[in-house]
Amino acid sequence: MDFLQNKFFLIALTFGFYLVAQFIQRRTGIKLFNPILIAIAAMISFLLLCDIDYDTYKQGGDYIDFWLKPAVVALGVPLYKQLSTIKRQLLPLLLSELAGCVAGVVSVVLLAEMFGATRQVVISLAPKAVTTPIAMEISSAMGGIAPLTAAVVVATGIFGGMTGFRIVRMSRIHSPIAEGLSIGTAAHAVGTSAAMERSERYGAFSSIGLTLNGLFTALLAPIILELLGYSV
Amino acid sequence: MILQFGVLFAFLVAGELLVRFTGIPVPSSIIGMVLLCASLKLGIVKLKWVEKLSSFLVHNLGFFFVPAGIGLMNCLGLIADQLMPIVCASVISTVIIIAVTGWVHQFTRSASAKMAHKIIK
Repeated sequence: MDFLQNKFFLIALTFGFYLVAQFIQRRTGIKLFNPILIAIAAMISFLLLCDIDYDTYKQGGDYIDFWLKPAVVALGVPLYKQLSTIKRQLLPLLLSELAGCVAGVVSVVLLAEMFGATRQVVISLAPKAVTTPIAMEISSAMGGIAPLTAAVVVATGIFGGMTGFRIVRMSRIHSPIAEGLSIGTAAHAVGTSAAMERSERYGAFSSIGLTLNGLFTALLAPIILELLGYSV
Repeated sequence: MILQFGVLFAFLVAGELLVRFTGIPVPSSIIGMVLLCASLKLGIVKLKWVEKLSSFLVHNLGFFFVPAGIGLMNCLGLIADQLMPIVCASVISTVIIIAVTGWVHQFTRSASAKMAHKIIK
């Protein structure tokens, strides 16, 4: 069955799985039918069942992946719309992002160590809160496994997107700014798209979180890793 | 629509160039986002030139992550091996980040509001 390896077929199938999950989620309201999660799980099952390797899938998948970068650039628009709020709260924003970034990298490294992760896995997990391009770059520069980082980043994003608003409520975080901000900080663009679904305002704050945490993590994660004994 | 694509890609290219020539360790897309935001603010780019396409991309961001997630199938063995540390560390750390970021923001915001109040008084 050569046709199963056709890149257009594989792209169409990715759309198909995503749309079906989206349809079910909208109909039933069940969070677990997260379209990203279902599309990934269904597609992996399909590829494994048909004995198609990832590199073959990638020939189609790369066309989707390609749009990730322009989509991140596009986040500049909601960011622009919230500029006046950002300016008004510059100091709180910077401080909370700095705290979130350091807390995130330190906690994931210490926890992974505690649960017995290998050195390479610990490094791969360190940048897991930020969007894939940044995370993968940090991971490979520090001696981690970039594909593992990508997988964990996406999984973290899905988890944060699905549970973020509940965690925020349990932590008694009330203002829409703090809510959106912390979800974007912890769950990057996937969390941001969940926040966007609530409203454009939440989404914009979430994109501030993902941007600032991305910048901070790119700058600080290598230093923090080194301080924790993971020098290259 | 072509204009919208053109503008977005122009900013992505600007980001790529900046990374190429300065070697800063920040992805080109993030730089492109910051530059786009700045250009909108300075009026170099009009909102209506980019609004439609960016709204579409931003509202469907999650979909573009699907192929990266499928890459997980290449490290299934490693993940199975280290499932406990990977899952526990990621989940707990995500909760920590959300709580810490939110708390610090709420705290510093009310603190700075009080400060401003005092100064006015």
